[in-house]
Amino acid sequence: MAYKTTIEQTVFRFDDLKTLLAKATPERSGDQLAGIAAEGPVERLAAQMALADLPLKAFLGEELISSDDDEVSRLIAERHDPAAFSAVSSLTVGEFREWLLKPETTHDRLEAVTWGLTPEMVAAVSKIMRLQDMIAVSAKRRVVTRFRNTIGLAGRLSTRNQPNHPTDDSRGIIASAIDGLLMGSGDAVIGVNPATDAVEDYVRIVSLLDELRDKLAIPTQTCCLGHVTTAIQAIERGAPVDLVFQSVAGSQKANHGFGVDLALLKEAHEAGRSLKRGMPGANVMYFETGQGAALSADAHFGVDQQTMEVRAYAVAREFDPLLVNTVVGFIGPEYLFNGKQIIRAGIEDHFCGKLLGLPMGVDVCYTNHADADQEDMDTLLTLLCAAGVNFVITVPGADDIMLNYQSLSHHDAVYCRETLKRPPAPEFEQWLAEIGLTDRDGALIGEPAALSSYVRSSNLIGA
Amino acid sequence: MAKVIEPAAAEQVLDLKDMTDARVSLGRHGAGLPTRAQLSFLLDHARAREAVWTSVDRAALTDRLNGLGLSVVSIDSMAGDRSIYVRRPDLGRLLSAESTDRLKQTGAGKGYDVAIVVADGLSSSAVELNAVPLIEALVPKLTALNLSAAPIALANQARVALGDPAGHALGAKLTIVLVGERPGLSAADSLGAYITYGPKPGNPDSGRNCVSNIRDGGLPLGQAAEIISGLVRDMMKTRVSGVALKAAVAKLPSSTV
Repeated sequence: MAYKTTIEQTVFRFDDLKTLLAKATPERSGDQLAGIAAEGPVERLAAQMALADLPLKAFLGEELISSDDDEVSRLIAERHDPAAFSAVSSLTVGEFREWLLKPETTHDRLEAVTWGLTPEMVAAVSKIMRLQDMIAVSAKRRVVTRFRNTIGLAGRLSTRNQPNHPTDDSRGIIASAIDGLLMGSGDAVIGVNPATDAVEDYVRIVSLLDELRDKLAIPTQTCCLGHVTTAIQAIERGAPVDLVFQSVAGSQKANHGFGVDLALLKEAHEAGRSLKRGMPGANVMYFETGQGAALSADAHFGVDQQTMEVRAYAVAREFDPLLVNTVVGFIGPEYLFNGKQIIRAGIEDHFCGKLLGLPMGVDVCYTNHADADQEDMDTLLTLLCAAGVNFVITVPGADDIMLNYQSLSHHDAVYCRETLKRPPAPEFEQWLAEIGLTDRDGALIGEPAALSSYVRSSNLIGA
Repeated sequence: MAKVIEPAAAEQVLDLKDMTDARVSLGRHGAGLPTRAQLSFLLDHARAREAVWTSVDRAALTDRLNGLGLSVVSIDSMAGDRSIYVRRPDLGRLLSAESTDRLKQTGAGKGYDVAIVVADGLSSSAVELNAVPLIEALVPKLTALNLSAAPIALANQARVALGDPAGHALGAKLTIVLVGERPGLSAADSLGAYITYGPKPGNPDSGRNCVSNIRDGGLPLGQAAEIISGLVRDMMKTRVSGVALKAAVAKLPSSTV
């Protein structure tokens, strides 16, 4: 059906729901690339006004991508919980924004509505919210997950220590991991993006990380971010796999581009759980997403990139993940052109993920062909800490020498601890003190011998 | 749980810098980097941005490849210039009509096995430094596998997926796209190799195998040529590429592996 708004005698008409959503989306290069963005700021506002008046129920009546053609749409429809939805079922998108912002809408109320919300409803409301609106609501919604420690507790910030190396060299990976540990990074996960997809390398990398974790008794988890099929093979070979990783997107076709479907993800989830390496009931999956992934695979079906991103969260939440992060500035300037677009997208992704019940983190990052720099990352990180982000990713000196992009530095994690007062997961915080890295107040104080001499004691990398 | 350990004596402090090119052991003042490290990072960022915006010297590359006895064909994507290319990856994946015709003529009746496409991607320095030596190492390995190679296609304003229409127009069974990877701060000269069996427009990315970080200090060129030719051999045997390749190789009778 068509939607209309009149602004000073000019009638703006939007042919269907996906057009309305696309035109209502704050400006970004990816929607312009797809040819679905608003013509200009006035048309965008007209779309936002029409969207604000739309009942949330409308999203249950009109699918953006038909369930007949797409298993992600089918999943969204099957998982929608009418009882949970009843708290907001009479609201328009605009009233839903106001409901979210009210102080009476507490954490518990937000949690109760989680499975009543579809990705499209959440994407829609985010489009008519400012950064401050989204931060205020996100800050109320905690999503807590566990493996060997507890991630997402109020007032805390975890970090993924990302010790990538261009050739997956064992010594290089360990050196980088130790550099991060010395700065207190790694309670979300110590996770390597492998340069190759060989099972042998996957097994070597997880074994290496597991030895480091085990010998130093670090209450954290490790991960090699290879493809799920590689993880399944490694598990069959008895490798010490804590977390099973996969990139996911918001349509069946886009997931096909990643070499996965829901059945394969289910198989991977079961394989991960079968190892029982975390505490009972531990979350074992780790997903990455990012605006533009579906469009880059020509699998967006005319739906705007932010709505496609939120649809990916429906895939992620099906598998009770420990960690989910958007790789917000990684996908490139053709999707998010500059610092302003990256910052908005980072706040949107975190907000939408949290409302859908995901343990949401953000890879605060940019590439060298985007119009962005480290100051934009300072801004996004500070805003995300205000929003209560579960975790961010840190690398030595903000320079990932394998993936060739800039993420945060381990130093930035120190800034969050010391200036923004965001300690890590409690188990990890205690370990930092016990091993001699931090003092009683949590301030970094030294370089304990256990870490600096680790390389000499490792069985897997040799001296 | 680990017990409390005294901070190490100075001579025990490990030099992590000897183990990786990552920016480890930078030191800090509070959460801040030392001033020299801070400014050095900014200089590297400025350089990387320049690398993205510089063009490949195709005439010089052609001379060098001709010098190896290899013929060359120049092709262009649908992205007219660099600023369009950066914003419009879709155009960087499409072959211009003129280039399509040129490749069809080049490939007509030849039945090439392999098409090598050199794409500028996002780093001209990667292509200028590493493409020719990699091709020099790779071509004899393809010959040893009894595979015929089409003239090298030098592609401007080109993304990885341009290899699909290019290989298809040449009528090749498989394409090897050598592409300038997005420059990082420390390495602006990484070349990536993307190998696809059955190139045709619309192939999904999961249908490719990738060998990345090919450069001095990354994956050495000789080793990269070895890995690429191994993948090519497996793909020619299984007629499969991408994430399904490993399973397909495992199903081959052991005598053929």
